[in-house]
Amino acid sequence: MRLKKLVLGAALAGVVGVSVPASQAVAQDTLFVPLFTYRTGPFANSGIPIANGMHDYLSMLNARDGGIGGVKIAVQECETGYKNEKGVECYDSVKSKHPLVISPYSTGITLALIPKASVDRIPIFSMAYGLSASAVGADFPWIFNPPATYWDGMSIVLQYIANKEGGFAKLKGKTIGYIYFDGGYGLEPIPLLDQFARDYGFTVKKYPVPPAEMQNQSGLWLGVRRDRPDWMIMWGWGAMNPTAVQEAAKTGYRMDHFIGVWWSGSEDDARPAGAGAKGYLSLNFNAVGANYPALKDIEKYVIAKGDSQTPKNMVGENFYNRGVMNAAIIAEAIRNAQRLSHKKAIDGADMRRGLETLKISEQRWKEIGLPGFGAPIDVSCQDHNGHHSAYVQQWDGSKWAKVSDWIPPLKDKVLPLAYAAAKDYVTKNQPWPKRTEACDDKTL
Amino acid sequence: MFYREVGQYKTSYGADQALFPILQDRIGIAVILLIAFVGVPLTASNFTIDSILIPILVFSLAATGLNLLTGFTGLLSLGTGGFMGVGAFACYKLTTFFPNVNIIVLILCSGFFAAAVGTVFGLPSLRIKGFYLAVATLAAQFFLSWCFIRVQWLYNYNVSASIEVPTKTLFGLAVTGPTASPVTRYLIALSIVALLTLLAANLMRGRIGRTWMAVRDMDLAAELIGIRLYQTKLLAFAVSSFYCGVAGAMMVFLWLGNAESESFSINQSFLILFMVIIGGLGSLLGSFLGAALIWGLPIVLRAAPSHFGVSIHSATVEQTSFVILGALIIFFLIVEPHGLARLWQIGKQKLRVWPFPY
Repeated sequence: MRLKKLVLGAALAGVVGVSVPASQAVAQDTLFVPLFTYRTGPFANSGIPIANGMHDYLSMLNARDGGIGGVKIAVQECETGYKNEKGVECYDSVKSKHPLVISPYSTGITLALIPKASVDRIPIFSMAYGLSASAVGADFPWIFNPPATYWDGMSIVLQYIANKEGGFAKLKGKTIGYIYFDGGYGLEPIPLLDQFARDYGFTVKKYPVPPAEMQNQSGLWLGVRRDRPDWMIMWGWGAMNPTAVQEAAKTGYRMDHFIGVWWSGSEDDARPAGAGAKGYLSLNFNAVGANYPALKDIEKYVIAKGDSQTPKNMVGENFYNRGVMNAAIIAEAIRNAQRLSHKKAIDGADMRRGLETLKISEQRWKEIGLPGFGAPIDVSCQDHNGHHSAYVQQWDGSKWAKVSDWIPPLKDKVLPLAYAAAKDYVTKNQPWPKRTEACDDKTL
Repeated sequence: MFYREVGQYKTSYGADQALFPILQDRIGIAVILLIAFVGVPLTASNFTIDSILIPILVFSLAATGLNLLTGFTGLLSLGTGGFMGVGAFACYKLTTFFPNVNIIVLILCSGFFAAAVGTVFGLPSLRIKGFYLAVATLAAQFFLSWCFIRVQWLYNYNVSASIEVPTKTLFGLAVTGPTASPVTRYLIALSIVALLTLLAANLMRGRIGRTWMAVRDMDLAAELIGIRLYQTKLLAFAVSSFYCGVAGAMMVFLWLGNAESESFSINQSFLILFMVIIGGLGSLLGSFLGAALIWGLPIVLRAAPSHFGVSIHSATVEQTSFVILGALIIFFLIVEPHGLARLWQIGKQKLRVWPFPY
């Protein structure tokens, strides 16, 4: 009897499996913005605040302004778990619903989607992650990665270090440790770091952290203790960050000589190490703190009404604000696209034009209720990134404090690398489609 | 009533030894192939093909590979992900060296590289067995994952440390890369899987398969009746890795279009192992059922709530599907350790006597 039920159940499951509906239709007169999130898995600690920030800002625009230009935004989350297979599956499931833009929030997923974007005519917006070379608009018309690339980040970190040491010339003979996520994300800045090491005569010690060993770094930090690097630079993500900060505190490494990229600077990265994390530095390109009119509106229109999963004290945290910034850039690009195309309900191709000529001035940041939230953003057909400034923040034991001015990247070192990498990518992926999209600002 | 071989007389040894001796089975397999080759391409949506069917085909082939080794020869392996990776990276390197060669030939050839690597890591299998062999293959897994990041030559020194699939055409039709239509990729994957499954099925019925099963059931006895253990076990490793390698190459070239070391991690090995266990050890059908269940279930769970008009948060669905999958694994291990394939076998027995069971 039981077996009969089992067999029946299995058969039923098979039938249901075959008839999975391809997609639910999204009404034509909405702006469909899917959000690729990871609220589960080993990267959830980084993924949750970002997902909340993106979701809440767009929901706030819906609740406060009735969408953008009078058109509602349809927000839909797809859980990727930071896995490439799931990310591609999410992409395939939203593709037929004509999304305006995809923010994959994973370098691996971004790399998988880059070749598909131009074919499916869906712009990809990877905010300061993904393929750095995709900043070259002539080769990657559908990919956007403002405000800065990893190479920009590395050049900013090295400028900060040089500044503290008293100039680049003083770096001679010093040792700089580089602890990084052993994958595309962490490997990408290495050519630039090596180049600086050759130019200024410092030694680089590399400490790769394999994805499976993110939470098991004690052996690696023994190596750090032995090598005694003068500075440590970190390119970490997910569970790797808090582990590294805790291990650094445990080995007694000088925290004010330990500096992470913008993806290694969440409150949850520093907080678990307690008092030991005090002094830890990280890059940032968005402001922290909840004292912004737009964030107040989020609390009033979204969180107070229970339309969000955000705990109230998360608003204003670094990665929450990062998510808000991501959503704000998307919203501004939609506005720009509506203006350029003279349409309210735009499509992916219009959105591409909107992103390509996106300008967010200091004044505009103020108008949208986020004064001084990020550096002014300036994207052009030629330069899909802008190579904007970032600043250094320091953990004071309970919150982040800005400790440097906005530092511009060393474009003369970064741009040649970007162009060379773009050329390399295109030659290796022949036949790569030639850019046929018209350029609105005549920079190409 | 419907499934009964009464009246089907076999008049020759050939008929008796056929792959599908029962008429109903032959009709069934013909219908399945007809649906897979004709029905699906005509009716299924791009999402169904791209995100459900192609992955299931890829994982079925990998599970078949592992099943040949673990289910038929009794050698537990945790290196499946690594061997799939060897196939994928080999295929990538082959496309750089021979850009004009037919991509299907390259996908199949990449299996030989995986077979070679598998044979090397199979060398300890004569000395060690069971858990110890599992640990040795685990070492292979970690070593290979390490190679996929550290040996930059394997990914042509890309800064992103990942391999990308260029567009390749066959008779003017794009078969890989972003412009290739899902149906084209599906049909190629399906053809490769059907061909290799047929090969495996025949391998199992012949001398080689019987020596493998003899080794699985009792290696000492097998040795006593004249089976050379070393060759047999190494051949099992080679053939199994060949299948895994082809599956890995298919995964990158016909499905994802891009991969990095992380795609071939230990998690992948475990996933394939779960598919084999749930599907049924020592059954080719089980490899397909296991792959379909483990890959298909989360997608069904994800689609089901909105299908019935209920809106559940995507992260909640993901967590629920983890819980349900875990529960299912435990349930199967307790209630039916021989997997879905055994359930099907029992079902067939019941059908034979239905509606008058005794």
